[in-house]
Amino acid sequence: MEKFITLTDTAVPLEVENVDTDQIIPARFLKATDKAGFGENLFRDWRFDKNDEPNPDFTLNKPEYSGSILVAGDNFGCGSSREHAAWALKAYGFKVVVSSYFADIFKGNALNNGLLPVQVSPEFLNQLFLEIIQDPHVEIKIDLEGQKIGIPKKNISEHFEIDPYKKTCMINGFDDIDFLVSKLDAIKDFEKKKSQKIQASTPL
Amino acid sequence: MKMKKTLFDKIWDAHVVESIPNGPDILYIDKHLIHEVTSPQAFNELKERGISLFRPDRTVATADHNTPTQNQHLPVKDLLSRKQLKELTQNCEENNITLYGLGHPYNGIVHVMAPELGITQPGMTMVCGDSHTSTHGAFGTIAFGIGTSQVSQVFASQCVLVQKPKRLRVNVNGKLKKGVLPKDVILYIISKLGTNSGTGYFCEYAGNVFEEMSMEGRMTVCNMSIEMGARGGLIAPDETTFEYVKGKEFAPKAEEFDNIKTYWETLKTDKDAEFDQEYSFDAEDIEPMVTYGTNPGMGIKITGSIPMEGGKSDAKALAYMGFKPGETLLEKTINWIFIGSCTNSRIEDFRQAAAYIKGKQKAANVNALIVPGSRQVAAQIEAEGLREVFENAGFTLRQPGCSACLAMNDDKIPPGEYCVSTSNRNFEGRQGQGSRTILASPLTAAATAISGKLTDFTKHLN
Repeated sequence: MEKFITLTDTAVPLEVENVDTDQIIPARFLKATDKAGFGENLFRDWRFDKNDEPNPDFTLNKPEYSGSILVAGDNFGCGSSREHAAWALKAYGFKVVVSSYFADIFKGNALNNGLLPVQVSPEFLNQLFLEIIQDPHVEIKIDLEGQKIGIPKKNISEHFEIDPYKKTCMINGFDDIDFLVSKLDAIKDFEKKKSQKIQASTPL
Repeated sequence: MKMKKTLFDKIWDAHVVESIPNGPDILYIDKHLIHEVTSPQAFNELKERGISLFRPDRTVATADHNTPTQNQHLPVKDLLSRKQLKELTQNCEENNITLYGLGHPYNGIVHVMAPELGITQPGMTMVCGDSHTSTHGAFGTIAFGIGTSQVSQVFASQCVLVQKPKRLRVNVNGKLKKGVLPKDVILYIISKLGTNSGTGYFCEYAGNVFEEMSMEGRMTVCNMSIEMGARGGLIAPDETTFEYVKGKEFAPKAEEFDNIKTYWETLKTDKDAEFDQEYSFDAEDIEPMVTYGTNPGMGIKITGSIPMEGGKSDAKALAYMGFKPGETLLEKTINWIFIGSCTNSRIEDFRQAAAYIKGKQKAANVNALIVPGSRQVAAQIEAEGLREVFENAGFTLRQPGCSACLAMNDDKIPPGEYCVSTSNRNFEGRQGQGSRTILASPLTAAATAISGKLTDFTKHLN
């Protein structure tokens, strides 16, 4: 996995709450058996109209907005567990998603793919929206080590929380599979003890 | 004094291999369910790393999301779907995983077939690359959905790395009104609590309403825990649970069953155990529910009206649905109904629908689609004579699968059309591009099919 330390870039605002993973990547695109190509269909039904023409009102199609940071409304990523949502955001070019709330499964999926979910206060989120809309070229800085997100030019920033284990993984580009495989002996021990325990707790 | 524990704590703590300081737990998984859509990339990951599957005997596969509901004996027409199903078969063969593929008598929606085969048992930890894995919590099981990276983790180690969720309890006590089904109970709870109130929590459902529910009803409730953001929901196992599990294909047998039952009986929340959050509702306040927006929290009683106040996102949802604030949904013409999905496709759901439909005819404007959750449910529908009831009323009975719940196959609701659906999500385009979903119980769906519009059908119940 790619390392993530800091990022300074412009952002794309998506002022919609409860963005579910069906919107991020509709189910009809889940027939693939590899991870390639999901970026093209990111937000497909919001991005394109019935005739597959780009919808000019959708944020990704607005020429003024660009960058690898997506700033989205509350409760981002709710619904289906499809990791395809994280793959689609990543493949499109996003490295960070900012929201005031993330659904659990999406958050985990994002972190497992080097896509950083940054949870900020609703007030800070509103401020970000205002600043980006006012000046689409405004740069947002995310410092994972210091757990800070802000707009350097405006001298505003906020602290954000991240699981310390996941932070280490992101900064070093580690992933969970390597870690779990290194624990197989402990897991085998656990299996032995568990089967004994269940037998012991039941009068034979 | 021993610490008071919740049901959730008891099962979780019994499955922690190791807790990482300042980090997640390594949680051991008893059963891993897989299907065609969220597993191929996980198998690839394993192959690329040269890792073999650690515990194939704890993994069970089915094909459900992408499968057609007609002519299942013929090769699958959609080439991409066919390829995905073929990869599942190959991956299962190569890794010694039991697969109940298309056409197998045990095939069905993963959250319907596993419980009815006795794969799901109390006290277990279960995961699946599907958010509705919470369904299995009905058995007093910690069951939750995972992403594909985590599917790879379970393949490699039979464990997931996961932060222990907080504890939430939702109590519903009292007597349910006539015509109010488990689906209405959970839609009511979500309408009161919202779609993210459960985020970060695991929810225990308690109270006489859940105690008196059948296993099918409990599965409907736990299934939709994720729709309020909770990773999972669970209900303490009791005699209803034990009776359901007993005698199932893969359930422990004879003496082994009696022994493990003694353990299962200990699986309940200790008196005075603490929850991080708790809500209580009165059963008498619950009425048949319908949703009016584009998330499952946007629900009202069928005789109610759409709230006047609401944010920007509510306005977007209402514009999509073609509804206005303050409007009632009664008398809305409905051209589609769907009874199926992992929420409501078990035999009890079809019995309830059939009991209402029997001797009646669907309205001429309605397309009524019935999709059983599994081959076993389909066989039961046949054996109990329900097929005739549905067909005589003009309903279309299909073969099992996820079908129009997420419209990955050909079962789609046309753009702009309303569908009263027993599934779990009313997201934009969920049942087909431009489709408009109204979530409801099987009884509400059946009644809507007969009248061709949303009505207060409870007036006609005996």
